[in-house]
Amino acid sequence: MTLKTTFLGAAATALVMAATAAVAEPALIYDLGGKFDKSFNEAAYHGAEEWAKETGGKYKDIEISSEAQREQVLRRFAEEGFSPIITTGFSFSTPIANIAADYPDVKFVTIDGYVDPDGHPNVLSVLFKEEEGSYLVGMLAAEKSTTGTVSFVGGMDIPLIRKFACGYAQGAKAAKPDIKVVANMIGTDPSAWNDQLKASELTKAQIAQGSDVIFAAAGASGLGVLQTAADENVYGIGVDSNQNYLHPGHVLTSMLKRVDLAVKEAMTEGEDLKTGVKIEGLAEDGVGYAMDDNNADLITDAMKTSVADAKAKIISGEIKVHDYSADNTCPALDF
Amino acid sequence: MDLSTIIELLGSTVRLGTPLLLMCLAGLYSERAGVVDIGLEGKALVAAFFSAAIAYVTGSVILGLLAAIAASLVFSLIHGLASITFRGNQLISGVALNFLASGMTVLIAQTWFGQGGQTPALGDVRYKPITLPFADTLEPVPVLGPVYHDLISGHSILVYVAFLLVPVTWWVLYRTRFGLRLRAVGENPGAVDTAGVSVARLRFTSVLIAGLLCGLAGSYLSTGLQAGFVKEMVAGRGYIALAALIFAKWRPWYALSATMLFGLLQAVALRYQNINLGDGIIIPVQFMNVLPYILTIIILAGFVGAAIPPRASGEPYTKER
Repeated sequence: MTLKTTFLGAAATALVMAATAAVAEPALIYDLGGKFDKSFNEAAYHGAEEWAKETGGKYKDIEISSEAQREQVLRRFAEEGFSPIITTGFSFSTPIANIAADYPDVKFVTIDGYVDPDGHPNVLSVLFKEEEGSYLVGMLAAEKSTTGTVSFVGGMDIPLIRKFACGYAQGAKAAKPDIKVVANMIGTDPSAWNDQLKASELTKAQIAQGSDVIFAAAGASGLGVLQTAADENVYGIGVDSNQNYLHPGHVLTSMLKRVDLAVKEAMTEGEDLKTGVKIEGLAEDGVGYAMDDNNADLITDAMKTSVADAKAKIISGEIKVHDYSADNTCPALDF
Repeated sequence: MDLSTIIELLGSTVRLGTPLLLMCLAGLYSERAGVVDIGLEGKALVAAFFSAAIAYVTGSVILGLLAAIAASLVFSLIHGLASITFRGNQLISGVALNFLASGMTVLIAQTWFGQGGQTPALGDVRYKPITLPFADTLEPVPVLGPVYHDLISGHSILVYVAFLLVPVTWWVLYRTRFGLRLRAVGENPGAVDTAGVSVARLRFTSVLIAGLLCGLAGSYLSTGLQAGFVKEMVAGRGYIALAALIFAKWRPWYALSATMLFGLLQAVALRYQNINLGDGIIIPVQFMNVLPYILTIIILAGFVGAAIPPRASGEPYTKER
């Protein structure tokens, strides 16, 4: 019995040593919207692919399929010796906070989530100033609108998504003070990221209320919004990734959130990852709006100038965009 | 609330209610013949997938629809084989089919298209909205014009098919010999057997009709309402259709009103989210979403007249003991 225990113990130690001796590979965990949502998670995937191509490195990735898997997958990757373990979506912040202390040698990255850096020295929280990017696409929307109404379709009703909506409304009202902004959320549970049917019904309802530019911040559901906008011959605005190519001529622009850069950076730093909290805004090029061949004809020069101007003013601090999550209120929009 | 808002809301009701109606009628045929079908969800899901996948590959909506019906019929056959031929538990067979559909669609989609369990966007390969005759000329007529133009006209073909199927179902069930036998086999299969009519054949026929209708429902979801398949896109509508079937007490015309009522509830929940009644009383959106289930429970509890299922439903028929 004792002998057996010793043997097993020695074997276990040898295994652990073998695991830690090699350079740890990074791992990437996607949120419920799925790897190919053409938006938020797909941006993370592209960042990782770019890193792999440039460095020849290898990484492991997984799509979770239910809430219960979050902690399981995190623990499994941590035990297998992956580091850093990068997660997308705010819902990972709680499971990471729960388990980070058990794996002090593993670094965790939560994109969109916030984990208190004081109690968790091995966690990096990457946050974006979504309100700044949304402000700019809100200006474009208002300038493009001929009906005087623009709208917003959010995924799950959480402060993060309200942050998008609030920035968008502020931008729209800055460009045209008398514009009407309609905002709706698809749902209150994670299935809202994957319900294109509800998304397109909401879009139809908003178009009936006069909206002719619709900003979707709804993960994979947003595809339903853009599709309906194209079907009904109005404009949609994509989110997170550049979605202009989905319906050329009907996607006004996309509010970019450079999740790809954040993932690539974290993978490049690897085990030497600097932990803490990182906030990416317009000044850091963490957010922005997409311009390419697909929407070149939709954006006039006057619109370009006014947005570029606003962008410079936000970076210099002359325009302050209110952050919904700071005090859970929005000056430009009632929820 | 003005007329255009009401029309928009009712239009939304029709779009959301049609898949429910098709699946509810499917369940009606199946359960009236004594086979409980909890696998409506799964059948609609495989149908939705094959409809979008085949429509994308071939560029033909009709082929997509045929593929959807074929896939759904295969699932029906499995259900029939397990629960009619081998007298297995109908609930378990249905649940198993739901799980099979949920996993299989994503797996095949990933293998074929490599886009994470979705089909590529279909673009224009979809059911086109049908403009009924005179819709445009009649539009200026007050009240009736907009109702005809925006509410009755402009849906895809499957919506009209679904609505036509209600009187057809009523006629089949209550005015034909087949319907009489179908209802009898759900109440007292022994009597039908004594009369020399094959119980198994009748039940298989009704289960296949259910498959056909689920095929239409799935095809409408992925190729009519949406432009492509995404995983779990039926999203529990199969279960809501079952609830509607109980709510409708297994009758065709009631099925129409029950599914449209549930569709209206969903449309209202989507459109108005939290409803403010004034004086600080707010109905949260979650309440609207659970209302179909609450209503069904109230019906089941017998508050609004008893809902009595076909007597032999859920029980496999054994010829001799």
